[in-house]
Amino acid sequence: MSNYDPVEVTPLHADEVARMQAEALDAVKAARDLDELKQVRLAHAGDRSPIALANREIGALPPAARSEAGKRIGGARKAVADALTERQAQLEAERDERVLIEETVDVTLPWDRTARGARHPLTTLQERIADAFVGMGYEVAEGPELEGEWFNFDALNISPDHPARSEHDTFFVESVDSGKVLRTQTSPVQIRALLSRTLPVYVISPGKVFRTDELDATHTPVFHQVEGLAVDEGLTMAHLKGTLDRFAEVMFGEGITTRFRPNYFPFTEPSAEMDLRCFVCRGASAVPGNPHCRTCKSEGWIEWGGCGMVNPRVLVACGVDPSRYSGFAFGMGIERTLMFRHNVEDMRDMVEGDVRFTLPFGMEV
Amino acid sequence: MKVPLSWLREYVDLPAATAHEIADRLTAAGLKLEAATSYGHDVKSVVVGEVLAIEELQGFKKPIRHCQVEVGEAAPREIVCGATNFVVGDRVPVVLPGGVLPGGFEVGARKTYGRMSEGMICSERELGLSDEHNGIMVLPEGTPIGADVAELLGLRDDVIELEITPDIGYALSIRGVAREAATAFGVAFLDPADVSPPAEAAPSYPASIADASACDRFVLREIQGFDPATPSPLWMRTRLSRAGMRPVSLAVDVTNYVMLELGQPLHAFDATRLDGEIVVRRAEPGEKLETLDHAVRTLDPEDILITDSSGAISMAGTMGGLNTEISGTSTDIVIEAAHFSASGVARMSRRHNLVSEASKRFERGVDRELPLYASWRAVSLLAELGGGVIQPGVTHAAIETEPVQISIPSGYPGRVAGVVYDRETVVRNLEQVGCTVVEGSVEPADELAAKLAVTGDDMLTVTPPSWRPDLTDPNDLAEEVIRIEGYDKLPSILPGAPAGAGLTPGQRLRRRTGRALAASGHVEILAYPFFGERDLDNLQLPADDPRRLAVRLANPLSEDEPLLRTTLLPGLFKTLVRNVGRGFGDVALFETGLVYRPSEGAPATAPVLGVDRRPDAGELASIEAALPAQPLWAGVVLAGEAERSGWWGKGRQASWADAVEAARVVAREAGVVLDVRADRHEPWHPGRCAALYVGDVLVGHAGELHPRVIEAYGLPPRTSAMEIELTRLEELTPGPVQVSSISAYPIATQDVALIVEAATPVAEVEAALREGAGELLESIRLFDVYTGAQVGEGSKSLAYSLRFRAADRTLTVEETTAARDAAVALAGERTGARLRGA
Repeated sequence: MSNYDPVEVTPLHADEVARMQAEALDAVKAARDLDELKQVRLAHAGDRSPIALANREIGALPPAARSEAGKRIGGARKAVADALTERQAQLEAERDERVLIEETVDVTLPWDRTARGARHPLTTLQERIADAFVGMGYEVAEGPELEGEWFNFDALNISPDHPARSEHDTFFVESVDSGKVLRTQTSPVQIRALLSRTLPVYVISPGKVFRTDELDATHTPVFHQVEGLAVDEGLTMAHLKGTLDRFAEVMFGEGITTRFRPNYFPFTEPSAEMDLRCFVCRGASAVPGNPHCRTCKSEGWIEWGGCGMVNPRVLVACGVDPSRYSGFAFGMGIERTLMFRHNVEDMRDMVEGDVRFTLPFGMEV
Repeated sequence: MKVPLSWLREYVDLPAATAHEIADRLTAAGLKLEAATSYGHDVKSVVVGEVLAIEELQGFKKPIRHCQVEVGEAAPREIVCGATNFVVGDRVPVVLPGGVLPGGFEVGARKTYGRMSEGMICSERELGLSDEHNGIMVLPEGTPIGADVAELLGLRDDVIELEITPDIGYALSIRGVAREAATAFGVAFLDPADVSPPAEAAPSYPASIADASACDRFVLREIQGFDPATPSPLWMRTRLSRAGMRPVSLAVDVTNYVMLELGQPLHAFDATRLDGEIVVRRAEPGEKLETLDHAVRTLDPEDILITDSSGAISMAGTMGGLNTEISGTSTDIVIEAAHFSASGVARMSRRHNLVSEASKRFERGVDRELPLYASWRAVSLLAELGGGVIQPGVTHAAIETEPVQISIPSGYPGRVAGVVYDRETVVRNLEQVGCTVVEGSVEPADELAAKLAVTGDDMLTVTPPSWRPDLTDPNDLAEEVIRIEGYDKLPSILPGAPAGAGLTPGQRLRRRTGRALAASGHVEILAYPFFGERDLDNLQLPADDPRRLAVRLANPLSEDEPLLRTTLLPGLFKTLVRNVGRGFGDVALFETGLVYRPSEGAPATAPVLGVDRRPDAGELASIEAALPAQPLWAGVVLAGEAERSGWWGKGRQASWADAVEAARVVAREAGVVLDVRADRHEPWHPGRCAALYVGDVLVGHAGELHPRVIEAYGLPPRTSAMEIELTRLEELTPGPVQVSSISAYPIATQDVALIVEAATPVAEVEAALREGAGELLESIRLFDVYTGAQVGEGSKSLAYSLRFRAADRTLTVEETTAARDAAVALAGERTGARLRGA
């Protein structure tokens, strides 16, 4: 600093700084749009603006004066910058207000340009049921729809003379004694599971089954069942009850249980008919005087399926030692379940493939 | 089984419970309530009247009577009546004004045929007693005037209809239901079979059993001098009709009544038409019998027959012969009560498609001890109600059989149930169902019984009663104990299943396929898997198309659709047409399902194996070999707009491209890339059909349908479809995706326009470009196809955008240009493509 030449630096006078600041602030205020503000920014905050130029002169001041001048100029620059920021925000808001409003559209316009699809509720219901059991450790077992009679009947303790055999209105593959049928139940999958898997076996098998019924509001020749089978050491009817109670809860909510009534199935002994506590009225409608329940027809219970302890004769036919292993099996109709769960009143709605029936179900059931 | 409660109460001391309360207990015991019908509870003011005077009114189209009827009131009633089967002095049922007949039919006083009528004289049908309506009902002489007819005639009753499962034939009788009801309510049971027939020394009509496997008990009794004109008493007719059987004549009604009450089917022969000794035997080849229904039946050598010297006279336990049938003039009657082979009757009934009340019972098991008692009850009723003299003697042919004995530990029923039942409970319950229970065990009767035998401490040996032939195994006994203790008392315990492996890859693929197709706008259907020859023709399938080889059903629901589908397409087409017909023209449908593809030369018959052991691998394979392949396919059909027209502008018609894309959607879920090649394959349009390959494996077809197929099914124009084999895709699904590291170096894009012959498949050009460009190529995209004057006739211009990127450096212009040139060169070599403008 030896060549320091003390001069009087006018732009750094307090008055002058105040004037430049005021001028700048006026200009900011006067800017009517963002373009004008941009010009103002250049003129009053740019490199060539009076304040910026004044700032450069600080170096010419005697060291003692520099700090004060610096503060003064700094204050002015900040005031201008703040004003610019504020005005910028203000003008942007005004512009947005104006421009974006001009871009307004009618958001209530419909948009169905791409088609919606859906899965059939009979499919998703089968998956849902399978999932409930997969969650309990079961695996999903499968078998053919066109089945050997031995699998569909004989191995299930339904001998050729058995009354139950003629009660199954069976589709036979030509000729009648071909030994081949469209399976009348998903139970043959039990046999396949026992023959092909290592014990213990816990499987669930949903699928298509066939009976020679004409299609009407309550019958269809092609329908779906889900069959469960557990074969292990020490399984009891209490375990069967526990399993179905749990299943009922998973599907229909807490507190929904099942009820067993004696019944007869050749492939289970003891056998039971299984009723589901009505998940709508929870049994209340069965009490005289209470409102009617259309889901259970005020019976308090809904017939759901059949079940029982695997008949030891079935185990023998599959080479399982009944003195060591016992098992239980259960089955229910998917159509029937869909009907009472979703108030479907006509079987044909589930069969005909009308998109109006299926679309509301979407991907889940 | 329809059970009038008044009948039931004769044999079981039921408490004063409602029909529904009784039915609930029976349902809990396994006899499920089907329906309950109440009779006569609404009947009001029907009284006995005496006809004092009859005036025949003249001038009407039919005879009309104006009667004075004494009903025990201050003055007689005047009643108009259209019947003529009564005379002055007859006692008749009269419904008074304000009274109600069954069915809630109210009767008032009104003017009719010009006279006052204060009420109505009733027929049996009007009283709900029978179908009798040929005239009014005339009551026996001396019936007290003014008495309540509902009370007097037992108009009021409840009938519960029970569903009887096939194992408990004994419950197809009042006797069986009464026994169950007595157990359910813990009250006394009076056995209706307890009729004490007299000891007989001599046989009645001669008979013998020639085939012990067909019949093990055959009983005949005879009655002579029976008056065939005697009508059945009202109470019997009422019960029969309420139990669901039509009253016919006294002799027939008695056999039916005894069958309903005891469960023993009976047959009545006209004794004068019998010729020589009766023999129970199997049919001889070619033997014929004209049965009661006037059908001449050719008998099977397995059929069980009742014969006399003239030949067959009845099909055992199924239907009687016409020739020996009792008629309106039969005075001498032979009553047959027998115990036939359950399976023998079942087969015969099935073979001749003949289901009778008798065959239903024999198939399900009849008490083999009943014939002596039931036949006595029948002849006693016939003698009591129709005169006649019971002839001394009874014919009793019998084959001795060993009673079934089952040994179980006393704890076994509890072991099955998962509860502890003490020994007394088990013994008591078994005795309640009629079993004899003793300590100790017996050897299993055969090899199967040995496999089913259970062992343990405190063995009991149980002999089931004669009416429970269904009780043969330890588990049968367990069920009886658990059932009587109550299924509602079973605890609920969730077993700990071992950890499972979740869904298989194939099962997951199926779910993904369904979701992906639905997410891309397709609606799932589940069509019936039946179709017919007409579909094969409508699909334009050539004569040698493998899809023509279809499984045929022996008993299809519709003669038009006797085949099992070999393709999903017909079901999809028909469902699409249905939707279009219902006003939904823009439809995309899909189905995933099995098709049935028999192989040429497969065995026609699947053997029916034994059940006393596990079949060996060879036996199981012999069944599998006879079954057709049943692969899983996915199919799609589309029509109308794939993208809808709307306020945004014009939509886009569904086309072959959507069908191919649907296939790609499925393939993507399987993790494979489809190689699409032009093909000619029915039912697709020959110029718009894509064969879908994964590598060299053909997995399906897609495209627009052949116009003739569209016409044959009535599909909308340009309907497109896709069909792909999921089972095969499952097999081709690669392992887990392998990720290469993501390069952060910049992309270099090069566009090329190539001129090729119009017929050159784009896929080939692209494949060549891809291969020629080498590993620097990141992606390639066709962004324009142009045909027109600028490229010349017979050519098309394909504009591609090629994007290059290296893993380890920024590419230079030279590098990308070299890669592009290599791509173009290979395309030129393979497809004749040249750069546009070059």
